[in-house]
Amino acid sequence: MSENSIALIFAFPLFGAVFCALFGRKSPNLCHPISVASLAGALGAGIETLRRVIASEANEVSYFFGGWNADAYPRGVGIEFRADYLGTLIMLVVVGVAFLVAWYSKLPVAEETPEKEGYFYSLFLLQVTGLAGISLTGDAFNLYVLIEVAALTGYGLIAMGSARAAAATFKYVILGTIGASFYLLGVGYLYMKTGTLNMVGIEQFITDNESLADSAAMQVAFVFVCLGVLMKMAFFPFHAWLPSAYFHAPTTTSCLLAPLVTKVMIYVMIRMLLTVFGVEFSFKNTHDDEGNIWTEVLPWLVVLAILCAATMALAQRDVKKMLTYLIVAEVGYMVGGVWVYNYYGLIGSIFHIISDACMTLCLFLGVGIILRKRKTTHFDGLRGLFRKMPFTMTGFFIGGFSIIGLPPTCGFFSKWYLITGGMLAERWEYIVALMFSTMVMVVLFFRLIERIHLAVTESGENIGHGHGDLALPKSETFFDEAPLSMLIPLLLSAGVVLVIGVFNQDVVNLLQDFLEPFNLPKGTGR
Amino acid sequence: MVAEPTVINDARPLIAMLAPMVALAAIVWAGEKRKNLREIFTLVAGVVQASVVLSLLPLVLAGNVVEFHIWQIFTNVPMLLRVDGFGLTFAAVASVLWVATSLYAIGYMRGLHEHAQTRFYSFFAISLCATMGVAFSANLLTIYFFYEMLSVSTYPLVTHMQDKEARKGGRTYLSYLLFTSLCLLLPALSWCYVWLDEGQGAMDFLAGNSMSEQFSGTTQIVLLLLFTFGFAKAGLMPFHSWLPNAMVAPTPVSALLHAVAVVKVGVFCVIRVYSDVFGMEALQALDGEQIMVWIACATIIISSLIALSQDNLKRRLAFSTIGQLGYVVLGATLATKQGTAGAVVHIAMHACGKITLFFCAGAILVASGKKYVSELRGLGRKMPFTMGAFLIGSLSVIGLPPLGGFVSKWYLILGALERDYVWVVVVLLVSSLLNVFYLLPVAVRAFFRNENDNEEGEGGLKEAPWQCVVPLSCTALGCFGLFFFSDILLSLAGL
Repeated sequence: MSENSIALIFAFPLFGAVFCALFGRKSPNLCHPISVASLAGALGAGIETLRRVIASEANEVSYFFGGWNADAYPRGVGIEFRADYLGTLIMLVVVGVAFLVAWYSKLPVAEETPEKEGYFYSLFLLQVTGLAGISLTGDAFNLYVLIEVAALTGYGLIAMGSARAAAATFKYVILGTIGASFYLLGVGYLYMKTGTLNMVGIEQFITDNESLADSAAMQVAFVFVCLGVLMKMAFFPFHAWLPSAYFHAPTTTSCLLAPLVTKVMIYVMIRMLLTVFGVEFSFKNTHDDEGNIWTEVLPWLVVLAILCAATMALAQRDVKKMLTYLIVAEVGYMVGGVWVYNYYGLIGSIFHIISDACMTLCLFLGVGIILRKRKTTHFDGLRGLFRKMPFTMTGFFIGGFSIIGLPPTCGFFSKWYLITGGMLAERWEYIVALMFSTMVMVVLFFRLIERIHLAVTESGENIGHGHGDLALPKSETFFDEAPLSMLIPLLLSAGVVLVIGVFNQDVVNLLQDFLEPFNLPKGTGR
Repeated sequence: MVAEPTVINDARPLIAMLAPMVALAAIVWAGEKRKNLREIFTLVAGVVQASVVLSLLPLVLAGNVVEFHIWQIFTNVPMLLRVDGFGLTFAAVASVLWVATSLYAIGYMRGLHEHAQTRFYSFFAISLCATMGVAFSANLLTIYFFYEMLSVSTYPLVTHMQDKEARKGGRTYLSYLLFTSLCLLLPALSWCYVWLDEGQGAMDFLAGNSMSEQFSGTTQIVLLLLFTFGFAKAGLMPFHSWLPNAMVAPTPVSALLHAVAVVKVGVFCVIRVYSDVFGMEALQALDGEQIMVWIACATIIISSLIALSQDNLKRRLAFSTIGQLGYVVLGATLATKQGTAGAVVHIAMHACGKITLFFCAGAILVASGKKYVSELRGLGRKMPFTMGAFLIGSLSVIGLPPLGGFVSKWYLILGALERDYVWVVVVLLVSSLLNVFYLLPVAVRAFFRNENDNEEGEGGLKEAPWQCVVPLSCTALGCFGLFFFSDILLSLAGL
């Protein structure tokens, strides 16, 4: 059993999806327990995989599907799944988030998409299969297939939302397909030059053949892969699909996609840069002696991305919409962390993938509850929510404080590493952008707190009779918490935000082991 | 130099820190329905905290430090609590005055029929936990954690009234405090972490000061500026205006948090950075360090001048606080033993004096509904205890013997003379004169002017509830007490 744990991670949700599709028509009530159970199984297999990775000597575990071992040079016949610390951690985040969302989804799915539970949950589980697969696959073409699996199911999940979801999905389909095509072209060039699709194989071939670095085809491959991935992760100029898609999607869909999809694509970028093209090629390869044009230009694009996305978030008057723009800004953080190119930046970037997934989950779960209670997520509908749902709002605010970066939430630590990375690279513009966006988040979340807590209209007039009277109808003033099936996942995710923050050192130690062989710049004092 | 202090591992600092958090759970449980019980929980937590802190006094006076390791934040940077003389002075002041404030808050909040009292006491308890955390922090990151916790946990207290003014006050409060801490302080911390050998203990206050070896003079000045302004709770100009705006809060909050805990956390952090991160000798040798002395002196004089023109009593006291915080920062920037000791002692002296003044302002509001200095004519006859305490508090803040304020001012002057800064002495004297001008007229008006209208017939005594009058009388007596027991404080401050 144990040696197949990697396969089981996918087997559970895949078969869960099949069962949901089979039984969904006749007995829709079965779908929710099937999903929760299969994701719990996947989570168990994921934790077992992490244990095996820690126990293994090379700190990685390979799994060859169908036993197609790869002794050929360069390695790469058959499909290999490779679990190292980076991939395993991302996979655990994916499966863990999906598990909480599945638990949470019982009421929202039944209420928002009645009689479609079967379709919804099978797409949901396939989506998780795709995302978890992306994080573990060791094959560049297989990665493309899994990206498409995740994307296609994502389109379906989003389109089940409100009336305008179809239009939003269409935008996503166009941009997502262009992005994936770029990636596929890039992989095609890679195959042309190296003759393998296995990631380790490609990297071996590149390090063994130094002349490849000057090859125009390789440059094109690099640019296409980066461009495709940047589009898929909604990096600033290519972000247009994200806000409307996540805003109009059903609650459960946005809870699942918002924390995961962009983050997993950033993981793909890190994976391609570090372990496929290799540090040497990605960051130091030069046409002339002036340095890699990407490492010069991208941090500035990142600055632009963060500034624009934060400003657009500031202009929103709807919590859910505001959060979607925050995701775009956070993508900027992480891309910046990679391209400042040093140890702290990468630690920050990877740690931010984990922590941003947790805090975005926390916020979207909270927004889902608000939407269910008040039928709107507009700022005007927030007054008095803390009195009504103190636990929900506490969970929501822990997520918010984490986005701001207040200690001891995990958001503080990822931001700390990112700032430290910027310091070390002396990329001051990146630090200024981070600071700007931090202040924007302070404004955003304390504005929400004001809306919830104060008896003042936006234009600054008092309402109510003073002394904390919020002028709400009687029905809105008493304690009325969310149902436990929604509240517990929210509080668990808030707890995870705090726990990952407090125990950040343990996560970072794993990442340190992963990053050790790449010899990234670190500490200039000596 | 003194010999290396003996380190004792003891959980008492943690207990002192967590006592308010335990009380928090009890307070929320008791709620509005069992409000007497709720208030008892607050008082008990205060007494427990104060006695635990004071029980550490003999240990620290004997030259030991008490440590407690909580958890590892980063490699080489633990979350570590450590009690030394500075920290104990501050912790003792804050925790003892919390007891007084809790009693006072009962009278004040009930007297004014305030809403949401459970929320009020809950966040008060969290703030005190954070204050203890700052006082006992052993390194820069630990101090930063509790510093941020204090900023956020006092926001609901500042916006307690939930109206327009509260929103304005709250916005100013947060934007100043979070802007400075996230945008100035955090980069400075991260800078220290990266460049001081990746923070190999360099953030610890006992590590000795490798700053001057690692960094050029300019870098040190930049860092010094980032740190000094980053701790904006110290109220140094130009990042001071959150404090007058925070006065929309109920008076117990202004009294304990915005005259004692929050602002003193700011100056305490500044003292820590100057004396334990940079180090006094290194600072004295640093070119351009004088700029800090100028900023502190400018803050002292300008805020005193602004205080003169304030008619709202609480705002006048707030500007007075900014000036007095300037004294503490000045003491730290002097970077001499006596100056720093003066600064640490001034935390205690000013706390006792200023909390008395705020208590009085609140008592006046409860008893007569008056907020403005110009309305106070003849109030001395109606509220003799309150106004008497106000006079004592004023004299202590001005710095006359035999009141506490004299001692700290004396040592500040000695510290200035040690650096041959005669002009600083002049600034201190001028500012004392300004203190006289803006504080004494309040008491004089209350005692020696008659009311214009003929209300004397119905007059007689009209004091605030006893829960208000007792604490303010005690703190007024405390101003005398601190003068006579100042040797304990001075020895804690390292003299």
